[in-house]
Amino acid sequence: MSPTAPRSQARLLAALGLPFVSGSALADFTWNFPKPVTPIGRDTLSMHNQFMVIITVLFVVVFAIMVYSMINHRKSVGAEPARFSGPRGALQWFWVLVPFAILLFIDFVLMGIPAFHAVIDMEDTRTKADMVLKVTGMQWKWQYEYPDSGIKYISTLATPREQIEGKEAKGEHYLLEVDNPVVLPVGKKVRILLTSTDVIHTWWVPQFGVKRDAIPGFLRETWVRIEEPGIYRGQCAELCGKDHGFMPVVVKAVPEAEYVAWVDKKKTELAAAAASGDRTWTRDELMAHGKETYDKICAACHQPTGQGLPPAFPALAGSKIVNGPLLSPDGKLIPDSHVDRVMNGKAGTAMQAFKTTLSDADIASVITYERNSFGNTKGDMIQPAQIKALR
Amino acid sequence: MNTASHALDHHDGHHPTGLLRWLTTTNHKDIGTMYLTFSLLMFFVGGAMILGVRAELFQPGLQLMKPEFFNQLIGVHALVMIFAALMPAATGFANWMIPLMIGAPDMALPRLNNWGFWLLPPAALLLTMPFFLALFGIGDGAVATGWTLYAPLSVQGGIGVDFAIFSIHILGISSIMGSINIIATILNMRAPGMTLMKMPLFCWGWLVTAVLLIITLPVLAGGVTMLLTDRHFGTHFFNAAGGGDPILFQHLFWFFGHPEVYILLLPVWGLMPHVLSTFTRKPVYGHDAQVYSFIAIGVLGLIVWAHHFLTSGLPIPALLYFMYSTMSISLPLAVLFFCWIATMWRGAMSFETPMLFALGFIVLFGIAGLTGLVLADVAADAQYHHSYFVVAHFHYALFAGGIMGVMTGVYYWLPKWTGHMYSEKLGKLHFWLTVISFNFTFMPQFFLGLAGMPRRIPDYALQFAEFNAISTVGAFALGLSQLIFAYNVWRCVKGGDKATDRVWEGTAGLEWELSSPPPHHSWETQPVIKTS
Repeated sequence: MSPTAPRSQARLLAALGLPFVSGSALADFTWNFPKPVTPIGRDTLSMHNQFMVIITVLFVVVFAIMVYSMINHRKSVGAEPARFSGPRGALQWFWVLVPFAILLFIDFVLMGIPAFHAVIDMEDTRTKADMVLKVTGMQWKWQYEYPDSGIKYISTLATPREQIEGKEAKGEHYLLEVDNPVVLPVGKKVRILLTSTDVIHTWWVPQFGVKRDAIPGFLRETWVRIEEPGIYRGQCAELCGKDHGFMPVVVKAVPEAEYVAWVDKKKTELAAAAASGDRTWTRDELMAHGKETYDKICAACHQPTGQGLPPAFPALAGSKIVNGPLLSPDGKLIPDSHVDRVMNGKAGTAMQAFKTTLSDADIASVITYERNSFGNTKGDMIQPAQIKALR
Repeated sequence: MNTASHALDHHDGHHPTGLLRWLTTTNHKDIGTMYLTFSLLMFFVGGAMILGVRAELFQPGLQLMKPEFFNQLIGVHALVMIFAALMPAATGFANWMIPLMIGAPDMALPRLNNWGFWLLPPAALLLTMPFFLALFGIGDGAVATGWTLYAPLSVQGGIGVDFAIFSIHILGISSIMGSINIIATILNMRAPGMTLMKMPLFCWGWLVTAVLLIITLPVLAGGVTMLLTDRHFGTHFFNAAGGGDPILFQHLFWFFGHPEVYILLLPVWGLMPHVLSTFTRKPVYGHDAQVYSFIAIGVLGLIVWAHHFLTSGLPIPALLYFMYSTMSISLPLAVLFFCWIATMWRGAMSFETPMLFALGFIVLFGIAGLTGLVLADVAADAQYHHSYFVVAHFHYALFAGGIMGVMTGVYYWLPKWTGHMYSEKLGKLHFWLTVISFNFTFMPQFFLGLAGMPRRIPDYALQFAEFNAISTVGAFALGLSQLIFAYNVWRCVKGGDKATDRVWEGTAGLEWELSSPPPHHSWETQPVIKTS
């Protein structure tokens, strides 16, 4: 654990002459880190405050000397230039070496030791972890998975397009709101595993003091222990394509009992959704659910109109693939067909394999919707049970 | 010391004139002028791009452009500013000044020099062409991955990425040629008696830069070539599904990218003591200590690269190593600051424009150095990383450090190059407007980063609105102030008060013994440096 004693000292120093580094003196969200709610976040803020004091003192001392010289050693006040070009004699060498001794001390003791402990603490993801949360970044949404309870869902931006385009007034949590926030219990050590399905994303919640890359094909980890209930907001921090600025992270921290109740409710919901995949859907049901899924998952690239943004994001309206055959006569997958693309994606593009993230019902309905919208008139449909058989 | 002074260009008399003169020239001063002109032009191109970005960020919401285009502007802005504005400016300085300073008639490899320059315009064209191709429906615009080109985003990208890769190849070849030329010139053509340890610090700064370029550019070229084959020829260097690793690209990129920071700054650090010594009328303090610091920073710069991706999940030993090695760069850097201030101490200072820029550079670059020290701390870096705090930090390093350093050099040497004095009044106006609007632009970005605003986003949450508005106003003022600079340079090239050979009262060094402007062939007879 990082030392906590220097914190009050740093705050005191900060409050004395440096209002801009003090989190408490002015509005928290403006001048400094937002209020931390995890042990790592608190350590980071106290270290940051301490370091800001150190570098501000260094800055003031060094440039006070320079300003003194600029005022007193001017030609216009009749200064005669000295001729020295290096230290001479033991005393001068002493004054030359003292700043370096001080800097060595600052680097490797004053800053280096707390930084060492903070690193060890931050990387200790496994000791006494109470639960695991798996976070998967994908263009441009997050998927959250609770391996202990089998819960898995996608979380996307909830801010309406109209607010972004300036057609409506912007809400309080503009761009920092999602449809399904992550729910975590307060006071538990949560080990967070991160990965990605396409490009590198970075999961960041400033109030947790945690930022970690989600790298396709690899697992990375970090941890949080949230100390206060509340809603905490962050964003993707690694440029990940066109909607990088529109994939927020929202974490809802709740007391243990509430968390347990939420898990039960979520499990029931997901079981109902899975069961709905086994029955036969009507065409209207598929179209309605398909539009919902399309607008949430597909429209960012292929656009709500199905026109896409070629060449990176092809149009679905009039597309050869969408208007091609559905399945082979014996009900098998046709390579590079519409169903194949949606389920398995296309390598090297932003089109990902949605079979890993969407349910059978989602996939069946979105395929049906695409084949019968935007001017496409295939007239056919596919059932969730058929998708299940293709997995 | 031998003083050669040539009043006239009295040479062979069969130089081509007009466009052909510039296309075929092998003269180090002509080539230096072309580098500097190109750099100034690209500085405005890169600046215009970022003003588009700042205009979009003036308010929350998407007003002016789509996110795709926004992403193209930020990446190409960085590539243009680094490769086409700052690096050519430093190379222009080297071309103009190294032969004058070491008593050589020209650069060692004049034809290579010409080729090195003429590779730049096609490279810049390649980089920006996808913008125009997109207007005709070809491709989807320029590279939209940020200048770092991180895989797999860059594997996914459109033709802009390929154009950027080939542009980087050509720019790299150009820089390596320039570096070979500078090393050959410095090692072989110094005047008799000028030992390496007596060589002016500007030449030393460039010698270390040139070595760094030759070590690191091939690694970048290799990295982007691997990216190219991943994109088009089915290799999997950066694809985990094929046994590759996306983080490998970051290692390759930053093995070049971190030394690149020093490549941009070392020529400026080399220039500073000359300016400070001139306007304090006092010898440079700690010449040898500065030489050793340049070398130390060059060496350390090669072994700290991973601090650019400390959040990518490196193992603990690597985190600790990169943290402490990065912190240790503060030591040689402190030597430089110490020497700069000690040079000023008990001098007789006057504050002409170059001196103002040098002082502004020292203070603002100090902020870059100090924030760099806290950025090295792995745990705190988890908050700063990928945020506007980093954007502010590296603009203090590369605008206040790099660009203002270059402006110091331009004002300092312009009278020597043109034979005319620039307008001191306009110069001072330019300085004050630049410093004030620079801080208005970038100081708020520190606070934006602390408050949690990620970089490279085209739209932002409402709590970031005020600082972004201030920053945008500052950026436009900063951009417009640079027009004064361009006008002042233009005026000075056209005419103005005659400059004396020594130009400034406190100058020291061979370059000030030639006429202003210097003769066509700089030193026809090598001067001899007396051993004192």
